[in-house]
Amino acid sequence: MSKPSLKQVWEWLDAVPDPEIPVISLVDLGIIRDVDWQEDTLCVTVTPTYSGCPATSIINLDIETALRDHGVEKLELKRQLSPAWTTDWLTDKGREKLEKYGIAPPQPAGGPKRCPRCGGTDLEKISQFGSTPCKAHWRCRACAEPFDYFKCI
Amino acid sequence: MTKTLSKDEALFQFLLRLGDNTLVLGHRVSEWCGHSPVLEEDIALANTALDMIGQTQFWLGLAGEVEGKGKTADNLAFLRDVWDFRNLLLVEQPNGDFGQTMMRQFLFDAWHSIMLGRLLKSSDQRVADIAEKASKEVAYHLERSADTVVGLGDGTEESHAKMQAALDLLWPYVGEMFVGDEVDAEMVKADIAPDPASLRDEYDALVGRILADATLTVPDSKFAHKGGKTGTRHSEHLGHILTQMQWLQRAYPGATW
Repeated sequence: MSKPSLKQVWEWLDAVPDPEIPVISLVDLGIIRDVDWQEDTLCVTVTPTYSGCPATSIINLDIETALRDHGVEKLELKRQLSPAWTTDWLTDKGREKLEKYGIAPPQPAGGPKRCPRCGGTDLEKISQFGSTPCKAHWRCRACAEPFDYFKCI
Repeated sequence: MTKTLSKDEALFQFLLRLGDNTLVLGHRVSEWCGHSPVLEEDIALANTALDMIGQTQFWLGLAGEVEGKGKTADNLAFLRDVWDFRNLLLVEQPNGDFGQTMMRQFLFDAWHSIMLGRLLKSSDQRVADIAEKASKEVAYHLERSADTVVGLGDGTEESHAKMQAALDLLWPYVGEMFVGDEVDAEMVKADIAPDPASLRDEYDALVGRILADATLTVPDSKFAHKGGKTGTRHSEHLGHILTQMQWLQRAYPGATW
Protein backbone atom coordinates (compact mmCIF):
# COMPACT_ATOMS: atom_id res chain seq x y z
CA MET A 1 0.00 0.00 0.00
CA SER A 2 1.05 3.60 -0.41
CA LYS A 3 1.75 5.58 2.71
CA PRO A 4 -1.43 7.19 4.02
CA SER A 5 -1.05 10.90 4.72
CA LEU A 6 -0.54 12.06 8.29
CA LYS A 7 -3.85 13.91 8.09
CA GLN A 8 -5.50 10.61 7.21
CA VAL A 9 -3.80 8.87 10.17
CA TRP A 10 -4.98 11.60 12.57
CA GLU A 11 -8.53 11.10 11.25
CA TRP A 12 -8.29 7.38 11.86
CA LEU A 13 -7.02 7.96 15.39
CA ASP A 14 -9.83 10.44 15.99
CA ALA A 15 -12.21 7.55 15.41
CA VAL A 16 -10.64 5.40 18.15
CA PRO A 17 -12.72 5.82 21.33
CA ASP A 18 -11.23 6.22 24.77
CA PRO A 19 -11.84 2.84 26.45
CA GLU A 20 -13.11 4.40 29.70
CA ILE A 21 -15.12 7.29 28.23
CA PRO A 22 -16.12 6.02 24.78
CA VAL A 23 -17.86 9.24 23.71
CA ILE A 24 -14.51 10.96 23.22
CA SER A 25 -11.66 9.87 20.98
CA LEU A 26 -8.01 9.40 21.85
CA VAL A 27 -7.32 12.58 19.86
CA ASP A 28 -9.98 14.47 21.87
CA LEU A 29 -8.28 13.30 25.04
CA GLY A 30 -5.02 14.88 23.86
CA ILE A 31 -2.83 11.87 24.50
CA ILE A 32 -1.65 11.38 20.91
CA ARG A 33 1.36 13.69 20.93
CA ASP A 34 2.80 13.01 17.51
CA VAL A 35 2.34 10.99 14.36
CA ASP A 36 5.21 10.70 11.94
CA TRP A 37 6.60 8.50 9.20
CA GLN A 38 10.15 7.29 9.82
CA GLU A 39 10.90 5.86 6.38
CA ASP A 40 8.21 3.18 6.03
CA THR A 41 7.41 2.89 9.74
CA LEU A 42 4.56 4.88 11.24
CA CYS A 43 5.56 6.25 14.66
CA VAL A 44 2.78 7.23 17.04
CA THR A 45 3.80 9.00 20.25
CA VAL A 46 1.41 8.53 23.15
CA THR A 47 1.50 10.05 26.62
CA PRO A 48 -0.29 8.41 29.56
CA THR A 49 -3.07 10.32 31.33
CA TYR A 50 -2.25 9.03 34.83
CA SER A 51 0.77 6.88 35.72
CA GLY A 52 -1.41 4.03 36.91
CA CYS A 53 -4.25 4.38 34.44
CA PRO A 54 -5.26 0.78 33.71
CA ALA A 55 -6.53 1.89 30.30
CA THR A 56 -3.01 2.68 29.05
CA SER A 57 -2.25 -0.78 27.71
CA ILE A 58 -5.76 -1.08 26.21
CA ILE A 59 -5.27 2.29 24.51
CA ASN A 60 -2.03 1.11 22.92
CA LEU A 61 -3.74 -2.07 21.78
CA ASP A 62 -6.67 -0.10 20.33
CA ILE A 63 -4.33 2.23 18.41
CA GLU A 64 -2.46 -0.72 17.00
CA THR A 65 -5.65 -2.58 16.05
CA ALA A 66 -7.19 0.47 14.38
CA LEU A 67 -4.11 1.31 12.32
CA ARG A 68 -3.52 -2.31 11.30
CA ASP A 69 -7.17 -2.54 10.19
CA HIS A 70 -6.45 0.43 7.93
CA GLY A 71 -3.54 -1.46 6.41
CA VAL A 72 -0.60 0.05 8.29
CA GLU A 73 1.97 -2.73 8.51
CA LYS A 74 5.01 -1.20 10.16
CA LEU A 75 4.03 0.58 13.32
CA GLU A 76 5.91 1.82 16.34
CA LEU A 77 4.30 3.16 19.51
CA LYS A 78 6.44 5.48 21.61
CA ARG A 79 5.75 6.50 25.20
CA GLN A 80 6.44 10.13 26.09
CA LEU A 81 6.26 11.32 29.71
CA SER A 82 7.32 14.93 29.32
CA PRO A 83 5.63 17.34 28.88
CA ALA A 84 3.21 15.58 31.22
CA TRP A 85 -0.36 15.22 30.02
CA THR A 86 -2.64 18.09 30.96
CA THR A 87 -6.40 18.48 30.63
CA ASP A 88 -5.62 21.67 28.66
CA TRP A 89 -5.05 19.31 25.74
CA LEU A 90 -8.65 18.12 25.67
CA THR A 91 -10.21 19.36 22.43
CA ASP A 92 -13.25 21.68 22.47
CA LYS A 93 -15.21 18.99 20.67
CA GLY A 94 -14.15 16.56 23.40
CA ARG A 95 -15.26 18.93 26.16
CA GLU A 96 -18.70 19.32 24.61
CA LYS A 97 -19.10 15.57 24.25
CA LEU A 98 -18.03 15.00 27.85
CA GLU A 99 -20.68 17.38 29.15
CA LYS A 100 -23.39 15.85 26.98
CA TYR A 101 -22.37 12.42 28.31
CA GLY A 102 -22.82 13.62 31.91
CA ILE A 103 -19.21 14.38 32.86
CA ALA A 104 -18.46 18.00 33.70
CA PRO A 105 -15.39 19.10 31.68
CA PRO A 106 -12.30 20.45 33.49
CA GLN A 107 -12.22 24.14 34.41
CA PRO A 108 -9.22 26.32 35.29
CA ALA A 109 -11.01 27.26 38.53
CA GLY A 110 -10.54 23.67 39.71
CA GLY A 111 -14.21 22.72 39.95
CA PRO A 112 -17.12 22.16 37.57
CA LYS A 113 -18.85 25.23 36.11
CA ARG A 114 -22.33 23.71 36.12
CA CYS A 115 -24.18 20.46 36.63
CA PRO A 116 -23.99 18.45 33.38
CA ARG A 117 -27.57 17.25 33.94
CA CYS A 118 -29.61 20.33 34.89
CA GLY A 119 -27.14 23.17 34.45
CA GLY A 120 -27.41 24.12 38.14
CA THR A 121 -24.51 26.03 39.66
CA ASP A 122 -25.03 25.23 43.36
CA LEU A 123 -22.50 22.39 43.53
CA GLU A 124 -20.54 20.53 46.20
CA LYS A 125 -17.54 18.22 46.05
CA ILE A 126 -18.11 14.74 47.45
CA SER A 127 -14.67 13.28 46.86
CA GLN A 128 -11.40 14.25 45.21
CA PHE A 129 -11.50 10.91 43.37
CA GLY A 130 -14.34 9.53 41.26
CA SER A 131 -14.88 6.37 39.26
CA THR A 132 -11.43 6.70 37.62
CA PRO A 133 -8.25 8.57 38.66
CA CYS A 134 -9.00 11.35 36.15
CA LYS A 135 -12.37 12.20 37.69
CA ALA A 136 -13.64 13.70 40.95
CA HIS A 137 -17.06 13.11 42.44
CA TRP A 138 -19.43 16.09 42.77
CA ARG A 139 -23.11 16.65 43.50
CA CYS A 140 -25.60 19.23 42.29
CA ARG A 141 -27.72 20.70 45.09
CA ALA A 142 -30.38 21.85 42.62
CA CYS A 143 -31.27 18.45 41.13
CA ALA A 144 -29.58 16.43 43.92
CA GLU A 145 -27.83 14.22 41.36
CA PRO A 146 -24.19 13.17 41.79
CA PHE A 147 -21.94 13.52 38.74
CA ASP A 148 -18.36 13.02 37.62
CA TYR A 149 -16.07 16.00 37.09
CA PHE A 150 -13.04 15.60 34.86
CA LYS A 151 -10.22 16.91 37.09
CA CYS A 152 -7.85 19.62 35.97
CA ILE A 153 -4.34 18.31 35.91
CA MET B 1 32.86 -1.67 55.36
CA THR B 2 32.68 1.02 52.76
CA LYS B 3 32.94 0.52 49.07
CA THR B 4 32.93 3.22 46.49
CA LEU B 5 29.78 3.33 44.42
CA SER B 6 29.86 4.24 40.76
CA LYS B 7 27.34 6.86 39.65
CA ASP B 8 25.12 4.23 38.00
CA GLU B 9 25.25 1.92 41.01
CA ALA B 10 24.18 4.80 43.22
CA LEU B 11 21.49 5.85 40.74
CA PHE B 12 20.16 2.28 40.69
CA GLN B 13 19.88 2.31 44.49
CA PHE B 14 18.29 5.76 44.45
CA LEU B 15 15.68 4.63 41.90
CA LEU B 16 14.92 1.51 43.94
CA ARG B 17 14.24 3.76 46.92
CA LEU B 18 11.75 5.87 44.99
CA GLY B 19 10.11 2.86 43.34
CA ASP B 20 9.99 0.73 46.49
CA ASN B 21 8.36 3.56 48.45
CA THR B 22 5.51 3.81 45.96
CA LEU B 23 5.32 0.04 45.47
CA VAL B 24 5.06 -0.84 49.15
CA LEU B 25 2.77 2.05 50.05
CA GLY B 26 0.67 1.40 46.93
CA HIS B 27 0.28 -2.21 48.03
CA ARG B 28 -0.55 -1.21 51.60
CA VAL B 29 -3.18 1.30 50.51
CA SER B 30 -4.70 -1.22 48.09
CA GLU B 31 -5.37 -3.48 51.09
CA TRP B 32 -8.25 -1.09 51.86
CA CYS B 33 -10.03 -1.89 48.61
CA GLY B 34 -13.53 -3.00 49.61
CA HIS B 35 -12.96 -2.27 53.32
CA SER B 36 -13.12 1.53 53.67
CA PRO B 37 -15.56 3.29 55.97
CA VAL B 38 -17.52 4.77 53.04
CA LEU B 39 -17.64 4.13 49.30
CA GLU B 40 -16.09 7.48 48.32
CA GLU B 41 -13.05 6.85 50.52
CA ASP B 42 -12.75 3.33 49.17
CA ILE B 43 -12.58 4.67 45.64
CA ALA B 44 -10.19 7.45 46.63
CA LEU B 45 -7.81 5.03 48.34
CA ALA B 46 -7.89 2.63 45.40
CA ASN B 47 -7.15 5.49 42.99
CA THR B 48 -4.26 6.71 45.14
CA ALA B 49 -2.86 3.18 45.25
CA LEU B 50 -3.20 2.95 41.48
CA ASP B 51 -1.25 6.19 40.96
CA MET B 52 1.53 4.90 43.21
CA ILE B 53 1.74 1.53 41.46
CA GLY B 54 1.87 3.38 38.14
CA GLN B 55 4.73 5.56 39.39
CA THR B 56 6.45 2.38 40.56
CA GLN B 57 6.41 1.06 37.01
CA PHE B 58 8.29 4.15 35.85
CA TRP B 59 10.85 4.19 38.69
CA LEU B 60 11.56 0.47 38.73
CA GLY B 61 11.49 0.36 34.92
CA LEU B 62 14.21 2.99 34.85
CA ALA B 63 16.08 1.21 37.67
CA GLY B 64 16.19 -1.95 35.57
CA GLU B 65 17.45 0.04 32.59
CA VAL B 66 20.18 1.72 34.67
CA GLU B 67 21.25 -1.58 36.21
CA GLY B 68 21.67 -3.00 32.72
CA LYS B 69 20.99 -6.63 33.57
CA GLY B 70 17.81 -6.90 31.55
CA LYS B 71 15.44 -6.71 34.51
CA THR B 72 11.94 -5.30 34.10
CA ALA B 73 9.94 -3.39 36.71
CA ASP B 74 8.00 -6.62 37.33
CA ASN B 75 11.20 -8.61 37.90
CA LEU B 76 12.35 -6.07 40.47
CA ALA B 77 8.98 -5.89 42.21
CA PHE B 78 8.26 -9.58 42.39
CA LEU B 79 11.60 -11.35 42.56
CA ARG B 80 13.58 -9.48 45.20
CA ASP B 81 13.56 -10.44 48.85
CA VAL B 82 13.14 -8.25 51.93
CA TRP B 83 16.79 -7.24 52.28
CA ASP B 84 16.88 -5.97 48.69
CA PHE B 85 14.00 -3.53 49.25
CA ARG B 86 14.90 0.12 49.78
CA ASN B 87 11.65 1.70 50.94
CA LEU B 88 11.27 3.88 54.02
CA LEU B 89 10.11 2.04 57.15
CA LEU B 90 7.11 4.38 57.31
CA VAL B 91 5.44 2.99 54.19
CA GLU B 92 5.58 -0.65 55.31
CA GLN B 93 3.83 0.08 58.62
CA PRO B 94 0.41 -1.58 58.95
CA ASN B 95 -2.72 0.31 57.96
CA GLY B 96 -4.23 0.38 61.45
CA ASP B 97 -7.53 2.22 61.42
CA PHE B 98 -8.58 4.63 58.66
CA GLY B 99 -7.14 7.61 60.53
CA GLN B 100 -3.78 5.91 60.95
CA THR B 101 -3.71 5.10 57.23
CA MET B 102 -4.43 8.72 56.36
CA MET B 103 -1.82 10.02 58.81
CA ARG B 104 0.79 7.71 57.25
CA GLN B 105 -0.31 8.91 53.81
CA PHE B 106 -0.05 12.56 54.81
CA LEU B 107 3.41 12.18 56.38
CA PHE B 108 4.56 10.46 53.19
CA ASP B 109 2.75 12.74 50.69
CA ALA B 110 4.29 15.84 52.27
CA TRP B 111 7.81 14.44 51.81
CA HIS B 112 6.98 12.95 48.39
CA SER B 113 5.65 16.25 46.99
CA ILE B 114 8.73 18.18 48.16
CA MET B 115 11.12 15.51 46.86
CA LEU B 116 9.43 15.32 43.44
CA GLY B 117 9.48 19.10 43.23
CA ARG B 118 13.26 19.05 43.63
CA LEU B 119 13.65 16.19 41.16
CA LEU B 120 12.03 18.33 38.45
CA LYS B 121 15.46 19.98 38.21
CA SER B 122 17.39 16.71 38.13
CA SER B 123 20.36 16.63 35.76
CA ASP B 124 19.08 13.23 34.62
CA GLN B 125 16.27 13.98 32.17
CA ARG B 126 14.65 10.56 32.69
CA VAL B 127 14.34 11.25 36.42
CA ALA B 128 12.98 14.76 35.80
CA ASP B 129 10.38 13.42 33.34
CA ILE B 130 9.00 10.86 35.81
CA ALA B 131 9.01 13.46 38.59
CA GLU B 132 7.05 15.85 36.36
CA LYS B 133 4.40 13.21 35.73
CA ALA B 134 4.22 11.97 39.33
CA SER B 135 4.20 15.39 40.99
CA LYS B 136 0.87 16.30 39.38
CA GLU B 137 -0.72 13.19 40.85
CA VAL B 138 0.92 13.63 44.23
CA ALA B 139 -0.46 17.18 44.47
CA TYR B 140 -3.93 15.58 44.60
CA HIS B 141 -2.79 12.93 47.10
CA LEU B 142 -1.43 15.61 49.42
CA GLU B 143 -4.50 17.80 49.13
CA ARG B 144 -6.72 14.90 50.10
CA SER B 145 -4.59 13.43 52.89
CA ALA B 146 -4.00 16.88 54.43
CA ASP B 147 -7.75 17.69 54.30
CA THR B 148 -8.56 14.36 55.93
CA VAL B 149 -5.96 14.80 58.68
CA VAL B 150 -7.41 18.24 59.45
CA GLY B 151 -10.99 16.97 59.29
CA LEU B 152 -10.37 14.07 61.64
CA GLY B 153 -7.85 15.82 63.91
CA ASP B 154 -10.11 18.82 64.38
CA GLY B 155 -13.16 16.58 64.52
CA THR B 156 -14.84 14.79 67.37
CA GLU B 157 -13.13 13.97 70.65
CA GLU B 158 -12.77 10.37 69.50
CA SER B 159 -11.40 11.14 66.01
CA HIS B 160 -8.98 13.67 67.53
CA ALA B 161 -7.68 11.09 70.03
CA LYS B 162 -7.21 8.52 67.27
CA MET B 163 -5.32 10.96 65.04
CA GLN B 164 -3.03 12.04 67.88
CA ALA B 165 -2.33 8.37 68.66
CA ALA B 166 -1.56 7.75 64.97
CA LEU B 167 0.81 10.72 64.87
CA ASP B 168 2.58 9.60 68.06
CA LEU B 169 2.95 6.10 66.61
CA LEU B 170 4.22 7.16 63.17
CA TRP B 171 6.33 10.23 63.97
CA PRO B 172 9.46 8.17 64.81
CA TYR B 173 9.41 6.94 61.19
CA VAL B 174 9.62 10.45 59.74
CA GLY B 175 13.29 11.10 60.55
CA GLU B 176 14.53 8.41 58.14
CA MET B 177 13.39 10.52 55.17
CA PHE B 178 16.11 13.06 55.89
CA VAL B 179 19.08 10.80 56.65
CA GLY B 180 21.64 10.76 53.86
CA ASP B 181 24.25 8.13 53.00
CA GLU B 182 26.81 7.42 50.27
CA VAL B 183 24.06 6.86 47.69
CA ASP B 184 22.63 10.30 48.39
CA ALA B 185 26.09 11.88 48.37
CA GLU B 186 26.70 10.44 44.90
CA MET B 187 23.30 11.76 43.70
CA VAL B 188 24.09 15.23 45.03
CA LYS B 189 27.51 15.16 43.36
CA ALA B 190 25.93 14.25 40.01
CA ASP B 191 23.19 16.87 40.51
CA ILE B 192 20.58 14.15 40.12
CA ALA B 193 18.85 14.55 43.49
CA PRO B 194 18.97 16.83 46.54
CA ASP B 195 20.61 16.10 49.87
CA PRO B 196 17.77 14.52 51.89
CA ALA B 197 18.56 16.76 54.89
CA SER B 198 17.88 19.84 52.76
CA LEU B 199 14.17 18.91 52.59
CA ARG B 200 13.65 19.00 56.34
CA ASP B 201 12.84 22.70 56.85
CA GLU B 202 10.24 22.78 54.11
CA TYR B 203 8.77 19.52 55.42
CA ASP B 204 8.57 20.72 59.01
CA ALA B 205 6.91 23.95 57.89
CA LEU B 206 4.30 22.18 55.75
CA VAL B 207 3.57 19.40 58.22
CA GLY B 208 3.60 21.81 61.16
CA ARG B 209 1.01 24.04 59.50
CA ILE B 210 -1.38 21.17 58.67
CA LEU B 211 -1.00 19.49 62.06
CA ALA B 212 -1.65 22.80 63.81
CA ASP B 213 -4.85 23.19 61.73
CA ALA B 214 -5.68 19.66 62.80
CA THR B 215 -5.20 20.68 66.48
CA LEU B 216 -2.62 17.90 66.85
CA THR B 217 0.63 18.09 68.79
CA VAL B 218 3.87 17.14 67.06
CA PRO B 219 5.84 14.85 69.41
CA ASP B 220 8.96 16.40 70.95
CA SER B 221 11.23 13.48 70.24
CA LYS B 222 13.44 13.52 67.15
CA PHE B 223 14.20 9.79 67.59
CA ALA B 224 14.16 8.09 64.20
CA HIS B 225 13.87 4.42 63.31
CA LYS B 226 16.27 3.71 60.44
CA GLY B 227 17.19 0.84 58.14
CA GLY B 228 14.47 0.82 55.47
CA LYS B 229 16.06 2.91 52.74
CA THR B 230 19.39 1.14 53.23
CA GLY B 231 17.68 -2.26 53.46
CA THR B 232 19.67 -3.20 56.56
CA ARG B 233 16.80 -3.35 59.04
CA HIS B 234 13.28 -3.57 57.67
CA SER B 235 10.48 -4.11 60.15
CA GLU B 236 8.84 -7.53 60.35
CA HIS B 237 5.91 -6.19 58.33
CA LEU B 238 7.67 -6.07 54.97
CA GLY B 239 8.13 -9.83 54.74
CA HIS B 240 4.40 -10.33 55.22
CA ILE B 241 3.62 -7.82 52.48
CA LEU B 242 5.97 -9.56 50.08
CA THR B 243 4.51 -12.96 50.88
CA GLN B 244 1.16 -11.71 49.69
CA MET B 245 2.46 -9.58 46.82
CA GLN B 246 4.93 -12.05 45.36
CA TRP B 247 3.39 -15.47 45.90
CA LEU B 248 2.08 -15.85 42.35
CA GLN B 249 5.42 -15.12 40.66
CA ARG B 250 7.19 -17.29 43.23
CA ALA B 251 4.78 -20.20 42.81
CA TYR B 252 4.43 -19.89 39.02
CA PRO B 253 7.62 -18.19 37.79
CA GLY B 254 7.11 -16.14 34.65
CA ALA B 255 3.30 -16.36 34.75
CA THR B 256 1.61 -13.70 32.62
CA TRP B 257 -1.96 -12.58 32.02
